[in-house]
Amino acid sequence: MGAVILSPGFEPFDPKVREEYRYGEFQNVVTSMDYERLLSSTGPYQGEILRASDTRHPHKVAWIQCVGSRQVIEGGNSYCSAVCCTYAQKQAILTKDHDATAQCTIFHNDVRSYGKDFERYYQRTENLPDVRFIRSYTTIVKEDPITKNVTVRYSTTDEGVKEEEFEMVVLSIGLNPPKDAQELAKKYGIELESHNFAKLNPINPMETNREGIFVSGAFQGPIDIPESVFSASGATSQIGELLDSRRGKLTKERIYPEERDVSEEEPKIGVFVCHCGANISSIVNIQDTVEYCKTLPNVVHAQNQIFSCATNSAKEITDITKEKGLNRVVVAACSPRTLEPLFRDTLREAGINQYYYEMANIREHNSWVHQKEKDLATQKAKDIIRMSVARACHLEPLQEFDLPVDKRALIVGGGIAGMTTALSIANQGHEVFLVEKENDLGGIARKIHYTLEGLDVQAYLKDLTQQIYKHPLVHVYTNAAITQATGYVGNFLTTVKSDRGVTDIKHGAAILAIGADVYTPTEYLYGEDDRVMTHLELEEKIAAGDEKVTGAQSLVMIQCVGCRNEERNYCSRLCCSESIKNALLLKERNPEMDIYMLFRDVRTYGFKEDYYREAASKGVRFIRYEPTDAPVVKPGKSDEGKPVLKVTLPDYVLGKKLELDADIVALAAAVLPSAATKEVAAQFKVTLSPDGFFKEAHVKLRPVEFATDGVYLCGLAHYPKFMAETINQAYGAAGRALTLLSHETVVASGSVCEVDEDKCVSCGACITACTYGAIEFYESPKGRKAKVNPVLCKGDGLCNTKCATNAIMLKHFTDEEVISEIDAAVSDEEIMRQIDTAVGES
Amino acid sequence: MCSGRIDPAFVLRAFSKGADGVFIGACHLSECNYITHGNYHTLNMVLLMKKIIEHIGLNPERLRMNFMSGAEANVFTESVNDFVKKIKELGPLGKTEELSQKSLTRKLETVTKLIPYIRLVERERLRASVQTEEAYHAFFESDELNRIFNETIVEKLAIGQIVSLLKEGPLTTAEIAGDLGLTPSEVSKHLNTSSRQKLVRFDENLKRYAVS
Repeated sequence: MGAVILSPGFEPFDPKVREEYRYGEFQNVVTSMDYERLLSSTGPYQGEILRASDTRHPHKVAWIQCVGSRQVIEGGNSYCSAVCCTYAQKQAILTKDHDATAQCTIFHNDVRSYGKDFERYYQRTENLPDVRFIRSYTTIVKEDPITKNVTVRYSTTDEGVKEEEFEMVVLSIGLNPPKDAQELAKKYGIELESHNFAKLNPINPMETNREGIFVSGAFQGPIDIPESVFSASGATSQIGELLDSRRGKLTKERIYPEERDVSEEEPKIGVFVCHCGANISSIVNIQDTVEYCKTLPNVVHAQNQIFSCATNSAKEITDITKEKGLNRVVVAACSPRTLEPLFRDTLREAGINQYYYEMANIREHNSWVHQKEKDLATQKAKDIIRMSVARACHLEPLQEFDLPVDKRALIVGGGIAGMTTALSIANQGHEVFLVEKENDLGGIARKIHYTLEGLDVQAYLKDLTQQIYKHPLVHVYTNAAITQATGYVGNFLTTVKSDRGVTDIKHGAAILAIGADVYTPTEYLYGEDDRVMTHLELEEKIAAGDEKVTGAQSLVMIQCVGCRNEERNYCSRLCCSESIKNALLLKERNPEMDIYMLFRDVRTYGFKEDYYREAASKGVRFIRYEPTDAPVVKPGKSDEGKPVLKVTLPDYVLGKKLELDADIVALAAAVLPSAATKEVAAQFKVTLSPDGFFKEAHVKLRPVEFATDGVYLCGLAHYPKFMAETINQAYGAAGRALTLLSHETVVASGSVCEVDEDKCVSCGACITACTYGAIEFYESPKGRKAKVNPVLCKGDGLCNTKCATNAIMLKHFTDEEVISEIDAAVSDEEIMRQIDTAVGES
Repeated sequence: MCSGRIDPAFVLRAFSKGADGVFIGACHLSECNYITHGNYHTLNMVLLMKKIIEHIGLNPERLRMNFMSGAEANVFTESVNDFVKKIKELGPLGKTEELSQKSLTRKLETVTKLIPYIRLVERERLRASVQTEEAYHAFFESDELNRIFNETIVEKLAIGQIVSLLKEGPLTTAEIAGDLGLTPSEVSKHLNTSSRQKLVRFDENLKRYAVS
């Protein structure tokens, strides 16, 4: 074995270690993990939220945040568990989905919505009717002996201490290190950090102290799903670097039987109706549905299966297809998003073209949403299947095709993200072109001197830059601009204008790591008074030993400048920790300095919480403000007559107006999407999120790649993140790109558009509609006709509705296929019934 | 596949095949999964089709488009429940509109036949120029649009309906006007146009118009 990845995950905090949570004592106090199970259709009550005490729906539910987290007490964890604020919001939303009138209360400390789109999610939760967010510590007081309701005590600013009864209390438990962390560490000879998670290299958070042993997921510390996926892909890329010589040695090519030509046969359809355990069968009458399927035209076989996706069931589909001579298969089960490829494969195994497969979704579209209407759900299952069967009759065999893959990669952006990705790809034997718009590599990191954890960023950056320049496979283009980007997965052609002149670069993959910009504040006298600066400028002055800063008597930091507002509705994620870093640096140099941090929520998630505590213990004062009553900065004089900046704001704890005298005011300026984002997005045909950062293919599951094949992303261009997170994601992007680059060919979908040249009148409407540039005119023997380049076509089908002669058609979604489904949507019986009613009335 | 693939023909087909309402769920505007922003095209199609079905006497609320992301189950549920409620209020297609099954079928068929023309006109003249939802709605409520709509689609629809009506048997101008809910002078204008195009002719013996 050449390498090991440790991904043991985490252990949910056990609230039994602290009696005051009353977990296990009061029946209606549950953990958030228990609550997840209640919400699940495979849970104890098949997805119904019921109380254990009386199996009734709780109408009034409370969440208590930070259970086991952010506490320096016996059994608790000092760090923030990083995920609970948002999962509690999700649970509140789902509770409201189950019961629109439910009353949900979340007792919280800071609300840490620091993740991508989380701020919007927080607002969405907050704006639901009967959802309350209450900033207070809580005590679970008692259980009513009869109703088993639970009383919670909490404090409010205006009404003092209150007690309130809830029908259920959910403890938002934190993330502990894996139970056997120490044993695991001993076995593999790796070190743990002070909280018993893996001890990692600060400039490579997947690397342990032992070469060849990597870590991914929550063993890195409390992290969310996207960061877990970064590190999973990232660890594989690093293993690729180690074991590149062994790549592909154990892979076997799959051989499928030859495809039988069934295009001239009458449709012979087999329908497989899946129970999905109890997911479907507890709602839909499967036997009745199967019998109904047998009555549908062209159906020659119908049966049920407990889990159609199980290996034996999939094999059964293949076997029956061969045995009964089926030429089309419909599986009535779940969403095609996850399992369609698997079922298509069962057809290939049976020697039938995979596009003869059709999926009827009777789970997400049916059993999961009609739990209370079983008869109607059965009827709807029949309707959905009838439509699928109708469509299946018109399906056509389609050919996917192999495209060659150019083995080289282009990386846009030469910051830490771009350089890390470049090295990891180059270390696996691929040529890399690194394009940087500035004269020097390094990006925004050139302005950062320290990390909160104490890394010397400039030394690290120097080393990284040298590795880039020394690597024989990395070609650097500085002062560069991309003038044109064309091509498609495996075969891009990008034109770069740089110090080296104009270069056409051919490459198979592109990684966009264009970084971010920093907001230039227009508020708080920034730009008018040189005592007001951004947190980045403050850091530079600290590093330079500027006396005006280090010798200041009083410094006020204002958080959330330029974000978490209407214009930029997101949290910049970094700034709380950045400000605390600066505060600690200043306290080290000048312990007498008065430092105030004016915040909305302190979002020092994960282990960064320890530094927050350290700053508080060193006398940094944290004062919360509301955006509706933001601080005001004005020049003035201190009591001693010294010129100062007067910072005024309300103090919610003392209930009065505070006035602070500051020598320096530091603004935590927002992280903005790079000004180049839109242009680069248009060049590489990728999309943007609502806040203007690059939009990944899936926010949780595919966070390092775009929906556009062959294009990947990492670093700040995706969303604000810390250096360690950027490095995680950069290796992740390298890992995903290698999955493409290590193959000789890539398969393109058969569902693309095609022109019927006899119908084409060469009006060009389709060409105008296609933003992918997939359609062009060409001179055919019949004259000028539109022609689709199937490689560029993404199968959106917009062109179809522009063609006045129906000459262009999206394969697999042809008019005939779609209309056959529409025609079958209302059953013949239903139509007859309607006509009868109409006749009866007249 | 993008919602932009939804063809006016699909909408009409659903109405012809027994649907009392047609609901289109699409991605949020300006949050395109592709780079095509095809949902703006769908919105355009929906606004135009609402106008057309209203013109042929159907309640335009029978066609609805709502925007939502794949993560917004609540929006989907609310939208569909609300739409179903609305359609239940309106009852079966044609009922509140007081259209006979025969007349309904003829009207839908006429529009369906016109789809290639509708596509052309939509592309050339009936498109909002600014990509915002407000701009699309404003455009479809403008006098400019009404003028083009009357000049193009309304005339074609009238002629189409007259022709299909006359296929069932010769009629007088007044009879046609009564059946189509038009004024005799409008009918006469359309008859002139369609006579010139040799679609219909005046049968001197019957003193009625017939298909040529």
